[in-house]
Amino acid sequence: MNTPAFVMMITVELVITFLTVWFFYKVLTIKPKPEPDSFSENDDDPR
Amino acid sequence: MTKNTESWGSRVGLVLAMAGNAVGFGNFLRFPVQAVQNGGGAFIIPYLVSFLLMGIPLLFIEWSSGRFGGKFGHHSTPFILQSMDKRWIWKYVGVFGIFSNIAIAAYYCYIESWTMSYIIHSLIGSFDGLSQHAVANFFTDYLDISTSTTGIPYEALVFFVLCIALNTWILSKGLSGGIEKVAKIGVPLLIVFGIFLAIKGVTLKAGINGAIHDGTKGLNFLWTPDFTSLANPKVWLAAAGQIFFTLSVGMGSIQCYASFLKKRDDVALNAMSAGWMNEFVEVVLGSAVIIPIAIGYLGIDKVVELTNVGGLGLGFRTMPFLFEQWGPVLSAVAGSAFFGLLFFAGITSSLAMGTPGMGFMMDEFKWSRKQSALAFGLVVMILGLPTIFFFNEGVFDEYDYWAGTVSLVVFALLEAILFSWVFGLDKGWKEITAGADIKVPLVYRFIIKYITPVALILVFTGALIRPANDDWTRVSLRGWTLHNESILGQLQHKGAGPNNQWFSKSFYAEAPGIVDSVYSIPGDKFFFRTSAMDNSGKVNTRIYQYTPVKHQLVVEKGDIVTTGQVVYIGKVINRVFFMDMARMLLLTVFLLISLLVFIAWRNRTKERRNGI
Repeated sequence: MNTPAFVMMITVELVITFLTVWFFYKVLTIKPKPEPDSFSENDDDPR
Repeated sequence: MTKNTESWGSRVGLVLAMAGNAVGFGNFLRFPVQAVQNGGGAFIIPYLVSFLLMGIPLLFIEWSSGRFGGKFGHHSTPFILQSMDKRWIWKYVGVFGIFSNIAIAAYYCYIESWTMSYIIHSLIGSFDGLSQHAVANFFTDYLDISTSTTGIPYEALVFFVLCIALNTWILSKGLSGGIEKVAKIGVPLLIVFGIFLAIKGVTLKAGINGAIHDGTKGLNFLWTPDFTSLANPKVWLAAAGQIFFTLSVGMGSIQCYASFLKKRDDVALNAMSAGWMNEFVEVVLGSAVIIPIAIGYLGIDKVVELTNVGGLGLGFRTMPFLFEQWGPVLSAVAGSAFFGLLFFAGITSSLAMGTPGMGFMMDEFKWSRKQSALAFGLVVMILGLPTIFFFNEGVFDEYDYWAGTVSLVVFALLEAILFSWVFGLDKGWKEITAGADIKVPLVYRFIIKYITPVALILVFTGALIRPANDDWTRVSLRGWTLHNESILGQLQHKGAGPNNQWFSKSFYAEAPGIVDSVYSIPGDKFFFRTSAMDNSGKVNTRIYQYTPVKHQLVVEKGDIVTTGQVVYIGKVINRVFFMDMARMLLLTVFLLISLLVFIAWRNRTKERRNGI
């Protein structure tokens, strides 16, 4: 690959991949809101 | 209040369902084609700028207005918008949010059914040993519903009905029991399939398995920046347009999904997570599959030529042949992975298209979930049939243009104005940030209020008055020639040429050239072809079909024809007839939904429950 194309691709893809992973990681790890929340699967979870 | 008491099972499920809603065929078939046609690597700059200035703000607007409307028991845009401002007009603006979903689903499910069929064809080896031309013809035959490629009569129709039935069944299982389960399986699987194909595409080596170039040649072509294209309005409009299609904004499905959130729950982080997940699939995976593989085998010139007829052609006419070069086992795996990822991308989007209409019927007419799902399936099937039977007459393209393109821009523009200027940004900002699990940058207050509406006005105006050849320097107060695909150009049937009447007793040549062949193919289909060389030395061909029992050909091989010259005589029903019928059908659907909204509003008034 030529250098400008490589730099462009790597920069854009790394930024997008980082933000995707970071936001999804936050979704997975942020403490749920107290009940009643919008989600039914955790309705029996002790808070 | 509504009896619609559905809820999401989990937050991850919601985000994956929203991401699945956004990820669609366009991520793999439209984005790379747009990038190739608009300056390669430089396209990504306006694309990302559009995402930041228009995509993310619209995601915030739609998520938060959906959750806001949900507080009042509304799960579709007519009354979600009405809850934000009591003026009567907004509920009819909200009709776009049901209409576009139903109309898009009608042709989208057809494409989805192609992917189902092509998974099976890849697995059973239907493409084994076929030439590139034969694989392309296979798709043409598939679209011709009277031709069977598997022995199943009316195969395209059968797969379409199966696809609708599958969507209907999943929708009848509800949010957490149906849509969410499919998203939790489909989105990770399509990412896995995408990664597999991207690795195969990028590591393609010239000289191995018939490849003539390395996969990196395609990446070079796609990513080499051409900064001069940044000054071209066409590139910016194409980038902004791609952001619309890829994020599924301006459709009403995001509002519907978000309406099942409680007011304390986050929308900001969820919106960002689903939005960026879509970008990952589109930019990182979507750019590494079709273009590197296609250029690796066919070269740049051929791929550019193929992209001129759009991504669907490249995906269904070309890719199966390229996978065949990898041997029988790997081609079956690659083919089923490719069409499998398209299928999952498609079904997670088509399911989202079902929910606004269903939510409306459940909220306003107390229909059960199963009744609503069945009604959606039935309406989509009936509305989709013309796209199957009259595909070659342009009905499919009409649906895509008016429901899948223009409606989205109009609705997004109006909802942005409602949110920022009518509902008011102070209230709007509170809705976006209420319960937020991330800090939303304050600059988005300014962007949502000023930049996004202005950008949307520019996009709409650009689409409305787009000049011929995308030459914006020609636009002046003295007038200019419209592009065939501009909204005004479409309304005037500018692309129809001399055959611009519904019915005619003659058919006229649409371009100059020499009749270089008159031929027939099995199935009693008769054609003749004209060809002409343009100023750049490129040979343009045009193929005309005629029916000898109805038409008398008045040209023969070797004749020179000019545009508008009669080429055959007999009763002719021109494309414009089918195009206008498709438009009238779409308009009728829009008006019928408006009528239902009116009845729902009247019922609310009678029941004194319109105090929103």
